[in-house]
Amino acid sequence: MNAIIDIFPVLMQGITITITVLLASAFFGYLMAFIAGLCRLSNNIVLRKFTGFYVEIFRGTSLIVQLFWLFYAIPILFGIELGSNWWAGVIAIALNYGAYMSEVVRGSILSIAKGQTEAATALNMSRLQRMRLVIFPQAVRMMLPEFGNYLIQMLKATSLVSLIGMTDILYYGDILRSNDLSQAPMVYLLVLVFYFIMALPLIWLTRKMEQVSKKGVAN
Amino acid sequence: MNNNSWSWETFADAFPIVIQGIGITLGLTIACYLFALVFGLVWTLLRRVPNKPFNWVITWIMEFIRSTPPLVQLFFLYYAWPMIPVVGVALSPFTSAVLGLGIHFSTYIGEVYRSGIDGVDKGQWEASRALNFSTRQKWTKIVLPQAIPPTIPMLGNYLIIMFKEVPLASTIGVVGILQMANDYGAQHWTYIEPLTIVAILFLILSYPSAILIKKLENRVNGNFNKKSALSTIEKRGAA
Repeated sequence: MNAIIDIFPVLMQGITITITVLLASAFFGYLMAFIAGLCRLSNNIVLRKFTGFYVEIFRGTSLIVQLFWLFYAIPILFGIELGSNWWAGVIAIALNYGAYMSEVVRGSILSIAKGQTEAATALNMSRLQRMRLVIFPQAVRMMLPEFGNYLIQMLKATSLVSLIGMTDILYYGDILRSNDLSQAPMVYLLVLVFYFIMALPLIWLTRKMEQVSKKGVAN
Repeated sequence: MNNNSWSWETFADAFPIVIQGIGITLGLTIACYLFALVFGLVWTLLRRVPNKPFNWVITWIMEFIRSTPPLVQLFFLYYAWPMIPVVGVALSPFTSAVLGLGIHFSTYIGEVYRSGIDGVDKGQWEASRALNFSTRQKWTKIVLPQAIPPTIPMLGNYLIIMFKEVPLASTIGVVGILQMANDYGAQHWTYIEPLTIVAILFLILSYPSAILIKKLENRVNGNFNKKSALSTIEKRGAA
């Protein structure tokens, strides 16, 4: 019990980093997902191919490789300073999961029954109105459970930022372990519990979203 | 050596070194995947035990493993496991990686099996009972032939996902391509070329496999096994 009291506050120091990285990468990840998902449905072939290229690159390689690549290579290669390792972490996670989630966006929009588009056209709606009023509200509902699952994935992915020197929960856990090896089991168990406690509301949210998505989609 | 911009010389120099790690990366992928395939079966069987509290416990253990980072799980197995009294044993980095990633992904694969079994029409179970099939016949002749084919594309996807997660093992010292690239970077003070080689290797290996799996998916959607299972029932019924 004493060990927990010693370890807990140290790990707590890392929680802000973990949470801010999660929130920022979720925000940019969803943004990327919608942009890329809609671009891949565009009539413009250049736009379609270009986003297709982005999606395949980021889905075809590993997140940890992308993270290292962004952190070590981008500043040298293009002379761009990403500002800090915080941004490198957020951009890597957002681009990676944005690529996966863009497929969810695309798939959901494509899965809306064709009759819906035809009915909207029959009602003399413009392309934009059709998307905004008919297709999108239904498609977004279908995306929700998958978005929830990916949010949990992103939470897990934030643990990688400790590898590029960010002071998140895992980073403090590693420090504690290197100070006293015999504490390792308790330290990592607590780190796991920390992540699980953060995941719990997301698990609950995903289940709620599953219920929502079942309602209100026309076949 | 130039470390401010891209250099093809460095690229050519790093390539043969980085690629030395490919055997370990591929071997680890296969080992983790096989472990996850087998261990996934354990979850599926445990979840079929008809006892509510037991099911609840298993569900939450799976949820815990699934929603916590595999990186921390690797660290736990590699650094913490040997320190645990009585049951603790020191594991090699490779074994830790196989166990850590294998157990993590077995919870996903267990769900795939379950969805496959749940996907078998209820009438099929009833029909095989009505025809007085033994438990073994029911599973081998009716349920599994229908449950397995739809899960094959999903299982294939997890092989690719596993391949992309395996570089995590470099953090506990498994010398795959990523570790090779990092070592090269640290020695020559240039990370762009070796890390780019790693990225290219990943693309070369994972992209064609993804296309193959998509093709497989289209074939499986033909539901060819449903027919053969139905004909088994018909034959049995006629006899």
